[in-house]
Amino acid sequence: MFGWEALDLARIQFAFTVSFHILFPAITIGLASYLAVLEGLWLKTREQVYLDLYHFWLKIFAVNFGMGVVSGIVMSYQFGTNWSNFSTFAGSVTGPLLAYEVLTAFFLEAGFLGVMLFGLNRVGPGLHFFATLMVAIGTLISTFWILASNSWMHTPQGHAIVDGKLIPVDWLAVIFNPSFPYRLLHMAVASYLATAFLVGASAAWHLLRGHDNLALRKMLSMAMWMALLVAPLQAVIGDFHGINTLEHQPAKIAAIEGHWENRADEPTPLILVGWPDMQREETRFAVEIPVLGSLILKHSLSEPIPALKEFAAQDRPNSTVVFWTFRIMVGLGLLMIATGLWSLWLRRRGGLYRSRRFLRMVLLMGPSGLLAILAGWLTTEIGRQPWVVYGLMRTRDAVSAHGITEMGISLALFVVVYLAVFGVGFGYMLHLVHKGPQTNEGREPLHGGAGRPRTPARPLSAPEEGLDEGAPSARS
Amino acid sequence: MGIDLPLIWAVIISFGVMMYVVMDGFDLGIGMLYPFFKDARDRDVMMNTVAPVWDGNETWLVLGGAGLFAAFPLAYAVVLSALYLPLVFMLIGLVFRGVAFEFRFKARENRRHIWDKAFIGGSLAATFFQGVVLGAFIKGIPVVDGRFAGAALDWLAPFPLFCGLGLVVAYSLLGCTWLIMKTEGPLQRRMYTLARPLALALLAVIGILSLWTPLAHEAIARRWFSLPNLIWFLPVPLLVLLSIRALLRSVANGNQVRPFLLTLALVFLGYSGLIISLWPNIIPPSISLRDAAAPPQSQGFVLVGALLIIPVILGYTAWSYYVFRGKVRHGEGYH
Repeated sequence: MFGWEALDLARIQFAFTVSFHILFPAITIGLASYLAVLEGLWLKTREQVYLDLYHFWLKIFAVNFGMGVVSGIVMSYQFGTNWSNFSTFAGSVTGPLLAYEVLTAFFLEAGFLGVMLFGLNRVGPGLHFFATLMVAIGTLISTFWILASNSWMHTPQGHAIVDGKLIPVDWLAVIFNPSFPYRLLHMAVASYLATAFLVGASAAWHLLRGHDNLALRKMLSMAMWMALLVAPLQAVIGDFHGINTLEHQPAKIAAIEGHWENRADEPTPLILVGWPDMQREETRFAVEIPVLGSLILKHSLSEPIPALKEFAAQDRPNSTVVFWTFRIMVGLGLLMIATGLWSLWLRRRGGLYRSRRFLRMVLLMGPSGLLAILAGWLTTEIGRQPWVVYGLMRTRDAVSAHGITEMGISLALFVVVYLAVFGVGFGYMLHLVHKGPQTNEGREPLHGGAGRPRTPARPLSAPEEGLDEGAPSARS
Repeated sequence: MGIDLPLIWAVIISFGVMMYVVMDGFDLGIGMLYPFFKDARDRDVMMNTVAPVWDGNETWLVLGGAGLFAAFPLAYAVVLSALYLPLVFMLIGLVFRGVAFEFRFKARENRRHIWDKAFIGGSLAATFFQGVVLGAFIKGIPVVDGRFAGAALDWLAPFPLFCGLGLVVAYSLLGCTWLIMKTEGPLQRRMYTLARPLALALLAVIGILSLWTPLAHEAIARRWFSLPNLIWFLPVPLLVLLSIRALLRSVANGNQVRPFLLTLALVFLGYSGLIISLWPNIIPPSISLRDAAAPPQSQGFVLVGALLIIPVILGYTAWSYYVFRGKVRHGEGYH
């Protein structure tokens, strides 16, 4: 089939299922903190608008959380089913980290999610705020464990090899491996930004249709403050992350930059666009700015970065792909910064909620954060190749020995089922956004409660709207 | 030697899997009973009896998977890759069924049947392939140099497929007796009429498996039929027979709660029979718990978290069953 082998299908399958999955946790992380901020503001100011927004976004949070759980079940089995040699080799190190993630996610779900979703009128605002905070912190703890495990695969340390298997020697060294702090910060901030742009786009969509109320304005305003302040911060974190990668995975940086060769002591240019060609070992059609590569990555005017040809051909990641995924991520990031600056300018001139061109831009930028997250993960994961555990195990040796037929069947099934099932789920979330925040939504106690007939205890039951109710979604 | 970590972890994982089988068993069973109940209102009631608790039930499956990965990475790697296709089919069944649960109540009347079918199909696929996985596991997984050394379709054999059928019967009975406990009126009466044939079918399944398993697996035969084991383990088959008899009688007498408890007892007995047959292997027929164990620093590290958090999960679970106790009636639900 297209000259593919089972390994390629296994990689595509993992990339596909994890790419779908990561969108849900990213939104969960962002929305949980956003909800905590909204409730905090409500408690402080007692302005109804914050409570309205809280209830509006809580429903979307609930649906999203549910889909994250379902897609996560599949992930927790994939390491064994598809990457059994990796699991045997490195399971003593990564297994416990993932087990902690599962345990903390359970703890959060079990303890506080129910109260957060359905308990505002039952436990009182103070305790309820505490529950919201705990859920927000819980999502970050989950992020912590997942990224500890992933970062360790990029920059392994704190282990020993005994009988051909990795065993942990120093857990602190394993968890706080060199790339972990940068990756954790980068991902957490990316989740916040992605959520901010989703919130902003939801507001822009309504404002463009002539709906206008305080809640929508608050949404847009808060989102644009995030864009203005956090998008540049993310660029700085990304820069630090890049320098850290240069130190530990120089081949990845060379591939990202499409940088093949160093000429005697010349500084590295920055290639803006081009086509890195793995066969010809050069970047074709390159448009480059002299010295800038060294300036960004080495903070130096003369020092070059390592070049791809310094690595054996079988140790090079695919430069064509990561060159472009990286540029997509950075390009989206720059657009986010620009959006933030534009919003500041409009804010001072007083046209933030009226400029149609700006609102259209914000609407278009809605998925930018999620796309940037996918592009960034593709960059870092494909850039790690050909290693699964950097320098210790090659991806080729990690895969289970399945035939092409089984892999083809399972991949096809996952693609069909995910598109159908999560497509409906995303549609449902869009439908909720479409309805918009309602005034005084939080005033009426929710139906049900402990011992009352209508008590939803699960995330997806929180939104009471029907899936196909109110046909406007079909019109638009 | 201090704490026997592999043993503790074997107990934790066995417990997690048993919690899963018992709890997800009855809600999967409800999905498989759907075809017998065409009326939409009946179906609403049936689904509502498990609506508040089913996803908590399923979390035990994730805990089992992650616990196995952390504590016995070799077993996680070998067993999961050996049973690749049935596990993928099971997971896809669970995905479908998980969202069908939710989307069904959100869908318009004329689309509801789509999610009904997803619920039935997902429940059936998940159960059947769980049984296949179990059967292939008992049948044994060839391992050479720490890797699965069999073929992709090893599981496609009479014994695993029969186990798949067997589990369909067992979960259906669990679902049926759960619904006897949770419903009333005509719906409950129809459950009573279903319970008897299902119980007899389960008796047949248990009987066939009790003969087939030792006949086909010499080590398991030796475990059960050599002295003094025979005497020690004799209570298991005797209790099975007593439980089935009591179950049939309680169904005939119209008891509300007892049929479900007796079915739980049957599942528990079957599960303990399984452990007796396989102990101390974690990958039958030859890899033991200790061979597959992660080093103590891995098992110890996760044990701290597990011992802190599992009691909390248990407490929460008990609380939510307490909150949602009692009968579910037409027109009321959690949605």
